[in-house]
Amino acid sequence: MTADTNTDLDTDLDNTPVPPPAAKSARALARARKRRSAARFWREYRTHRSGLWGLAGLVVIALVALCAPLLVGADSQSVTDAPGGALEAPSGEFPLGTDQFGRSVLALLVWGARVSLTVGLLAAFLCVAIGTVVGIVAGHFRGWYSTVLMRVTDWFLVMPTLVLAIALATVMSRSLWTVILAIGVTTWPTTARLVRAQTLAVESRPYIERARALGGGHGHIMQRHVLPNVMPLVLAQTTLVISSAILTEATLAFLGLGDPTITSWGGMLQDAREAGAVSAGDWWYLAPPGLAIALVALAFTLCGRAVEAVLNPKLRVAR
Amino acid sequence: MTAESTPALVQSADTDGPAQAGPSAARGPRARNTKAYLQYVAGKIAGAVVSLFAVLVTSFFLFRLIPSDPVKQMTGGRRVSAQQLESLRHQFGLDLPMWQQFTNYIGDALTGDFGTSYQFHAPVIDKISEALPATLLLTGTAYVLYTALGIWLGTRTAWRNGSRSDRFNTAFALTLYSVPSFWLGLLLIIVFSVGLGPIPGLFPTGGLESGGETGFAYVVDVAHHLVLPVITLVAVGYAQTLLVMRSSLLDEMGSDYLTTARAKGLRDDVVRRKHAVPNAMLPTFTLMFVNLGHVVAGQILVETVFSWPGLGGLFYSALSVPDLPLVQGLFFVFATAVILANTLADVLYPLLDPRVGR
Repeated sequence: MTADTNTDLDTDLDNTPVPPPAAKSARALARARKRRSAARFWREYRTHRSGLWGLAGLVVIALVALCAPLLVGADSQSVTDAPGGALEAPSGEFPLGTDQFGRSVLALLVWGARVSLTVGLLAAFLCVAIGTVVGIVAGHFRGWYSTVLMRVTDWFLVMPTLVLAIALATVMSRSLWTVILAIGVTTWPTTARLVRAQTLAVESRPYIERARALGGGHGHIMQRHVLPNVMPLVLAQTTLVISSAILTEATLAFLGLGDPTITSWGGMLQDAREAGAVSAGDWWYLAPPGLAIALVALAFTLCGRAVEAVLNPKLRVAR
Repeated sequence: MTAESTPALVQSADTDGPAQAGPSAARGPRARNTKAYLQYVAGKIAGAVVSLFAVLVTSFFLFRLIPSDPVKQMTGGRRVSAQQLESLRHQFGLDLPMWQQFTNYIGDALTGDFGTSYQFHAPVIDKISEALPATLLLTGTAYVLYTALGIWLGTRTAWRNGSRSDRFNTAFALTLYSVPSFWLGLLLIIVFSVGLGPIPGLFPTGGLESGGETGFAYVVDVAHHLVLPVITLVAVGYAQTLLVMRSSLLDEMGSDYLTTARAKGLRDDVVRRKHAVPNAMLPTFTLMFVNLGHVVAGQILVETVFSWPGLGGLFYSALSVPDLPLVQGLFFVFATAVILANTLADVLYPLLDPRVGR
């Protein structure tokens, strides 16, 4: 014991004059390594043509959502002073026609992009955050709490997701946050299972044992060693979860469980159905929102698959 | 779940097998294996029972959170005296303390009684068994079709990996996979039921039957009504099977045993059907069972859009009231179907793949 502490002190003393430049260079090294691996990632990603298409689509949609007030005007959602007549067919003034209140469908479509992206991103973030924490904890600790956590995960996995999300959205008040919560809380188990499997694989590697032998606590090992190694998988999973979250959001809004004061694509479809657009054959009102949902979901799926293919060497070989 | 129990079982099988020497050695390992398997099955069934109970408890508490007063919903704005309200409350057991409602609920549920629907004033179990055949017909037909289509196309695309047809099929499936099912249903109704431009209305807009038909004409009528909803479900559903089948077959493609099979001089077709596909089926098999559970849960959206008289549509109508006993009953039935399908998959898994659970 004493000998150990002595040597430790010795090395510390030896190192004292050195630290500043050494620490700096270590950080610089780490930064350079990160930059290199990011560049490698991008080089690999670039070879996936469908992934590039997905990325391009996302950039366009994100720009449209951000610039919505500039593109179509801030007052285009107002029901009271709508510019057109009810359910007009597409014309020069309204490229996609009008809804039952005389609002331009194109303008509503542009505004709806915001809701879809916000809910998709936040719900996916929530889902992946819960899944990652549960997965890492369940994989790191052995014994009864791991068992309990996995039981809870299995239980959520067994629940029909949409049914549970609908039930939650019904129970809570109507708002965007409710929808985000309902989606996030019901979709995390798949991520948790994936992350747990990866955690178990990481934890069996020798460097975890080394970290433990050097006195690394549970928190240290989970944060500094397991989490960085699980991150790539989590990133790919997030992208894939976003597209399903966007679909679920549209579904909930279509069932009338979304926020009625906000224009969303699913809500537009519900409005269209209620206005009798189906039996009247008003395709210009019904087709665009669904197409937009499909495009955004597809874009995220393409990106997610490309990220997955880049990060998962097994898939890369198989390709 | 399966993966966790595997090591112990594998170990016991391994150590028991060689250790058995002497007269009983010939049938020893097998008997041991059967015993281990039965233990494994018993474990899975016990797990399923625990899950079912958890579902029962959850569905009780989850739907008590709905803030509205069911009795007010039931009377639907009609003028009723306080006394009538009180007697309605009493009739549905809503005046009892929470814990008593809970024990009554569990006791009733165990005997298959989910209470009386507020909306239809009929036993929940009757409403569910009335709607079940319609759902099974619709989603069962769709399930068989999209599973078959997914496996077939998945095999083809993986085998011709990188070809133009592979790229096209994968992209097409991914696109359909991203489409909201209810929107596709609405579009199909507009184009093929209402009729768009030159296309006349070919199919009915919804429902299960036109009414008044009997015998063979009835069957044709129902089939006619089935076309659009089934197309919707198949279009949205087959991509997942295709992708899983494709990726697991791609995993097998580089394997040595396929090279061996080819070296033996087998035709490409035989190598695919007899060697590669059976080995790649396992993940698809898992997915098939996951989907099987959802056959009963139905497709709430598609049934609602096509006014299909099944469980999904019933669930939607029950939620909008909200009709608590019906929602609870349906929730339980949906979750039970998924649990049973998963348990069935777990039980069959070791029989299909000797590497698992033995």
